[in-house]
Amino acid sequence: MSGPSQDAPPVIVGAGPAGLAAAGAFVEAGIHPIVLDESDRPGGQGTRRLTPLLCDKAEPLFGARASRRRQEREAREDHILSLCDYRANTVVWGAFDGGLELLSGGACQDLRYAHLLLATGATDAILPLPGWTLPGVYSLGGAQVALKRHGSFIGRKIVFAGFSPLLYLAAAQYCRLGLREITVLDTTPLRGKLHAAIGMARYAAGTLRQGLSLMAELRRAGVRIRAAAELLAVEGKDHVEAFRFRDAAGREERLDCDAVAIGFGLRPETQLAELAGAAFEFDPVLRHWFPRVSPDGQAGPALWIAGDGARTMGAEGARFAGRLAALSMLQAMGRGEAVKSDEMRRLRRRLEHARRFQLAAAKAFRLPGEMLSRLPGETVLCRCERVTLGEVRAAVPRASGPVEVNRVKAITRCGMGRCQGRYCGVALGEVVAEATGRDLAEVGRLRAQAPIRPIPMSAAMRDAAE
Amino acid sequence: MTASAASSSGLFVPIYEVSTELFISLDGLRMPARRGETVIAVLLRNAAALGRSEFDGRSRAGFCLMGACQDCSLWSEDGGRIRACMTMVEDGMALVTAPPLAET
Repeated sequence: MSGPSQDAPPVIVGAGPAGLAAAGAFVEAGIHPIVLDESDRPGGQGTRRLTPLLCDKAEPLFGARASRRRQEREAREDHILSLCDYRANTVVWGAFDGGLELLSGGACQDLRYAHLLLATGATDAILPLPGWTLPGVYSLGGAQVALKRHGSFIGRKIVFAGFSPLLYLAAAQYCRLGLREITVLDTTPLRGKLHAAIGMARYAAGTLRQGLSLMAELRRAGVRIRAAAELLAVEGKDHVEAFRFRDAAGREERLDCDAVAIGFGLRPETQLAELAGAAFEFDPVLRHWFPRVSPDGQAGPALWIAGDGARTMGAEGARFAGRLAALSMLQAMGRGEAVKSDEMRRLRRRLEHARRFQLAAAKAFRLPGEMLSRLPGETVLCRCERVTLGEVRAAVPRASGPVEVNRVKAITRCGMGRCQGRYCGVALGEVVAEATGRDLAEVGRLRAQAPIRPIPMSAAMRDAAE
Repeated sequence: MTASAASSSGLFVPIYEVSTELFISLDGLRMPARRGETVIAVLLRNAAALGRSEFDGRSRAGFCLMGACQDCSLWSEDGGRIRACMTMVEDGMALVTAPPLAET
């Protein structure tokens, strides 16, 4: 099969902040990229657009000024996408050298590319807890998407637990829309927080101020905030009924609640990057594996990656990275005359600044991996296949040779289920590292396999027959 | 069955006004819905589960709500699979919580 000509339009996967910024740069240069997005509306996850059912709630939710800015941005994005080959509701479920596998309207299709930008974003990093598979427990990002896309609270009495800047933001957004029975359990140790605050203030005082003002807003609204909490268990028979935790002074407490949102920062969505040929490296500060990219986002001769899927830097950083990657792609496409080199230099500087801020913040928001060692063995680690922590711990001595996570996956099925390890992979790495006494970097990462999203059997068979 | 009576048995609490513009069903149970709602919003304000895990038989009700975990997978009666969090309601949509035999 021959590839498309070098004049073929560039392909962007993901219409979140990075993908949209890249699309904007291409459109300015008179090029109309193909933009593939799984959702029915553009915007991504963290910056997801509000469902039209809540159109009267934008001001209370975001404030008058921010909601006007959002409207303007969405209008700009709609204009850009009107000049692209924008394909909503399109799942990219596989990648091979020079091509992508798409599923749209129940049918599979190949798309060859000459220049590909992956802007696939991130999902919540999750650590398990006893009872976390009960109905009523959602990821922190999911709790926010429940508001913005599903127009719903996840419950009436909610515990937001874990660590992340998103922890306070999500709680505040629920609060602004009228929910009052909220408790925030922040697992960040106080000492780490102070150190990080100093580092963060150096790089982005504004962001730090925003965080503090969110906490003040929550306290004024009567929301309980517990710092340095140790999470113990979600309890309930058929759905969430209570949450148990230990406070900073070591006292155990049981909160009545009917929903829980948990999250421990973000992890990059990298399956497509891996299938498209990117190499990976472990970041010892952020403690996740990231695709190896150049400062401009290039990961291979025809491959660029930008946004949280390349380096976790939030929406603002994703916009810089998306635009910078598009400019680098324009140069590779022989359209360098459309690129101003001083703009690229400026974007690289801003990106480096955002990265330093992220690294400073990561010192506070360190994954409480040690929490896992205290959890009982019957705790479910892999929610898809219901593999327990105990089964994974027991598998480590059974694996021969250097133990790494893919061996443990093969023995236990942990990470083999329909989420493809997105929600157990972080904890699996921590547990295997602990059980083997090795560093997290040495136990490896779960390998990606196509299809990265389940596809209909009929479509897969048609594909295999071709 | 009014929407408000139904919502007391569900997990989700709608922030917008619910109304009956169309109907969808889960395992034969009819639920009123409004145009523009997602399937999961309608199902979880009426019910406390979206079926059971095929591994331990415990109730499941979604987790990531953004299409990544597949915990809210449902099937249409003709065997097609949907993610309740990524699908908008359509009148007459008939969904089941376990895959029809043809598609296991």
